[in-house]
Amino acid sequence: MSLQDELTQLRDQALGEIAATADLKALNQVRVNWLGKKGPLTEVLRGMKDLTPEERPVVGALANEVRDALTEAIATRQTNLEAAALNEKLAAETLDVTLPGRATAQGQPHVLQQIIESLEDQFLGMGYQVIEGPEVEQDKYNFEMMNLPKDHPARDMQDTFYITPEILMRTQTSPVQARTLESHDFNAGPLKMVSPGRVYRRDTDDATHSHQFHQMEGLVIDKHITMRDLKGTLLAVARNLFGEDHDIRLRPSYFPFTEPSVEVDVSWNAVTPDMNPEDIEWIEVLGAGMVHPNVLRMAGVDPEVYGGFAFGLGPDRFAMLKYGVEDIRNFYLNDVRFLTQFDQKG
Amino acid sequence: MKVSVNWLRDYLPIELPANELAEKISRTTVEIEGQYQPQANMKNIVIAKVLSVEEHPDSDHMVITQVDAGEDEPIQIVTGAPNVAEGQTVILAKHNSIVGGGQKIKKGKLRGVVSNGMLAALQELGFDDKVSPKDFEDGIWVFNDVDAADLTPGENALHVLGMDDDVLETGITPNRADLFSMNGTAWEVAAILSEEPTLPTFELTETSEKTADLISATAPAELAPKYGLRVVKNVEVKDSPLWLQRRLWTMGIRPISNVVDVTNLMLLTYGQPLHAFDLDTLPSKDITVRTAKPAEKIKTLDGVEREASAEDIVIAAGDEALMFAGVMGGESTEVTAKTTNIVLEGAIFEPKAIRHAARDQNLHSEASTRFERGVNVEDTFTALDHAAALIAEIAGGEVTEGRVVAQDFDYEAPVVKVTTAHVNHVLGTEITEAEISAIFDRLFFDYELNDGEFTVTVPARRWDITIAADLVEEIARLYGYDNLPATLPTGETTPGKLTPKQALIRATRHDLEGLGLNQAISYVLTTPEKANNFKLHDGQPIQLDYPMSQDRQQTRGSLLTGLLDDVAYNVARKQADVALYEQGRVFVSNGDASVLPTEIEHVAGVITGNVLPRTWAAGAQKADFFALKGIVERLLANYAFADDIRFVPTTERAEMHPGRTADIYVGETLIGFVGQVHPVTAKTYKVNETYAFELNVDAIFDLPKVKDGYEVVSRFPAVARDLAILVDRDVPAADLRAAIVAAGGALLHDVELFDVYTGENVADDKKSLAYALTFVDVEKTLVDEDINAAVERITAALAEKFNAEIR
Repeated sequence: MSLQDELTQLRDQALGEIAATADLKALNQVRVNWLGKKGPLTEVLRGMKDLTPEERPVVGALANEVRDALTEAIATRQTNLEAAALNEKLAAETLDVTLPGRATAQGQPHVLQQIIESLEDQFLGMGYQVIEGPEVEQDKYNFEMMNLPKDHPARDMQDTFYITPEILMRTQTSPVQARTLESHDFNAGPLKMVSPGRVYRRDTDDATHSHQFHQMEGLVIDKHITMRDLKGTLLAVARNLFGEDHDIRLRPSYFPFTEPSVEVDVSWNAVTPDMNPEDIEWIEVLGAGMVHPNVLRMAGVDPEVYGGFAFGLGPDRFAMLKYGVEDIRNFYLNDVRFLTQFDQKG
Repeated sequence: MKVSVNWLRDYLPIELPANELAEKISRTTVEIEGQYQPQANMKNIVIAKVLSVEEHPDSDHMVITQVDAGEDEPIQIVTGAPNVAEGQTVILAKHNSIVGGGQKIKKGKLRGVVSNGMLAALQELGFDDKVSPKDFEDGIWVFNDVDAADLTPGENALHVLGMDDDVLETGITPNRADLFSMNGTAWEVAAILSEEPTLPTFELTETSEKTADLISATAPAELAPKYGLRVVKNVEVKDSPLWLQRRLWTMGIRPISNVVDVTNLMLLTYGQPLHAFDLDTLPSKDITVRTAKPAEKIKTLDGVEREASAEDIVIAAGDEALMFAGVMGGESTEVTAKTTNIVLEGAIFEPKAIRHAARDQNLHSEASTRFERGVNVEDTFTALDHAAALIAEIAGGEVTEGRVVAQDFDYEAPVVKVTTAHVNHVLGTEITEAEISAIFDRLFFDYELNDGEFTVTVPARRWDITIAADLVEEIARLYGYDNLPATLPTGETTPGKLTPKQALIRATRHDLEGLGLNQAISYVLTTPEKANNFKLHDGQPIQLDYPMSQDRQQTRGSLLTGLLDDVAYNVARKQADVALYEQGRVFVSNGDASVLPTEIEHVAGVITGNVLPRTWAAGAQKADFFALKGIVERLLANYAFADDIRFVPTTERAEMHPGRTADIYVGETLIGFVGQVHPVTAKTYKVNETYAFELNVDAIFDLPKVKDGYEVVSRFPAVARDLAILVDRDVPAADLRAAIVAAGGALLHDVELFDVYTGENVADDKKSLAYALTFVDVEKTLVDEDINAAVERITAALAEKFNAEIR
């Protein structure tokens, strides 16, 4: 048998063994057996010295070819075996991915806080400051500077928790406006503020009344602030809270600290251009108006030069409307089943 | 106020359906809180005449009547009405009729006798008990003979009773008290509809007898700026004619007698309350308006004897106080069926005194409501004269000559100026001079126009208008708010930015939510006991002067009181796992009631039950001291205080577990505490084992923070060493750590306590602690010698200070 034939035969035999290996260990043994210094291929090559100079390069080339073929076959086999081993390992590691994940703790902001924060962010974006004030307040700021002197009939609209005849639990966040108006330096620019916070009324708690609730009032004072600016601002607020397709309308009303005064209704349903006006359902959501000159004057601001608008809204009422909460007390009893159902994604 | 649309139609033409009128009023003037027809869905109710009344064979309280309802044959009706009699004109609800409350009436047998319907009382037609005339309280309604003469059997009784009228309920705001009258409402509706109202007129005939000879009056201007009396003699007090009763009951007022009904009609017409006295029962003919004397008592018309207070205005005859002026009349001089001579009073009383008396006596009447909010000063004596004329007409009396006037003043119409430019400046509109003129014309305001400036003379009926802004409102609402464009303010821009403290408070809330606590918002007002619990500050809570309930009378001194109430609420509802925080203020009195209390921003949290639930993968993680301390430590780390945070054991907080509570200091500043709620306190609040912290956010804000900048991350690898020591059990871990850090030197980067062991192989009074020490050098690769030297310093320090044994 010629060396060429022998090499071909060895190759075929080795390839067969490689293909038959079951694992990496066996494959390594096959590699050592065939390609090692004592392997048959080396043995065959040793016989090269007996060949003629013409035959040598031919057989040498063939021998290299066979070695390359085996090396490649082993590499391929190794890749395949490794892949198989990995697959087996992965299969063994399979989890029930439908099992729930490990528990983590995550709290949620209160639904009223979500509404307040969303409004704060909107107003911050429109260049307003957020200003807070005392919850235990002087009658002077809560009422008198809001154009509600003692014995004004409109004081009946707000039953008040008094502490002394001059000190009370604030019934509205308007006193923050009075305080800010008094201290604001108009030479430094216009006043644009919102004042969110808790307020108190002498009410018996039931499904629709709470002795404690929240308000957010806004005030803009400059030299050229108009009622159409008020309307545009309130429209922006309504759309932030209820959605872009909602509309507002103004109705005359009365607040001692604004003149003209309006109630603001928001459309409960989305409004489309071709909609019949009678099909819009309006709900009352806030009060507003152009700041009464007396309020400006009492705070030391010249009503001949400055003017502007104010508005007030109730986050509690908004939340009740938006989520259909039927009982205002839910906001203050803090049942965890209530608190955890308001997502924060807007 | 209830407004009868039929009555309005007497004044001006109204073609609109009631719902459209209501919509216009609510968009232009005041809210319409209700709109209805009194007849609702009632039907088949007619006028009938009782032809005969016979006894019922099987009943001693029912009778059998035959009534004429305008049909060919009489209709047989069995009724239990005690007042039914032959010849009466009554109301018949026929077979297949619907009466009040949607009740259907069908023919049937009553004790074996056929009845083809029902003779009706007003209450059965939906009249309120407070409105139905008293005379017919226990029986059917019977028309008086005069009215009956105009009625035809079979005619629609609902129409006769005025129940097919439309009623609008106006929600009158404090500035629009002019709408508490039909005249004022007519002016307003006329402006809305661009119509001219025709108001009622009257003719007064006087006898030659002088009123001043019958009665005298004195009234100080500060109590009654207008005060006038009239006398009507020889009246016959009886029921009012139907047209008058109908008017009153449609407007929600009970007809009483012709004299009283006329005063009420004037109240509704002019908004001017009047009062009628029985002249002959007056203890003196000298009428005085004065404030009440100490402990003066008056028995009012409702039969209640009341003690007046010194601020109340009373009307006295001689020395005797007769009534609370402008609030409620007195029983002793009430107009009754026996009355023949009456004194009518038309006055304006000081609103504050009326308001005080109405509140003090809890007597909020139609009269007091109007006096409190103001009346048309030009109509006071007009209404008085009109009442006298009408009483003479329907009660057959004679009006004596002249009014007795104790006090009067002339109306000085305010003159208010406004320019077209100002109107447009405020509203942001381009309303023309002509449009403004047209609006003032619709309001029937007199004005002069000079060079764009309107000088408006305000009529007495609109006493709410005193300044330019009031005129701007009139123009805006009649121009229509729908016609205003919507824009955002322009002009100088301002930065919108949270203050650093607001930002810190927001971050605090977000951190605590990330750490697993849900935000609670609890009540600020609490009981005196709770208001003093868990206080971080000296000083008392604030007590309300006149609380609504025992549970809500003082301001909280701590947020934990509310949070524990929340936990109790949850636990009572089988929600055992609760993790809450609250951010808000606590209130500390400054000891002087005339000074506002100090309000301090706090944040507090509670955990109870499990902080993590049991799952398939792990057991539940119970709420315990270290679970909460971990949350607090994480929160505090985020503030990046410049000074060290220390947890110092305390036994001083009465509401907290003495062995499981730490005061929290940053540097030398106490910022709060964390621990287990004392089991006794927990029991008081009805909560289970609960852990709590409270922090003073104002103090946290004021503390110095780490300056902006950063620490270089070493390029060289860190080296870890473990260190296990044995020390006495009562050595605080914080002290050991402080000693390790102090001795460790600059290379010691981190100290982590990863094991605390007591038990087997450790003596009873000892504990074993294991630390992972991490060493880092930013300049070179660490060598063993450096680390060994540091560890030796640490062990030496621990051995020396704590007698620690290195294991």
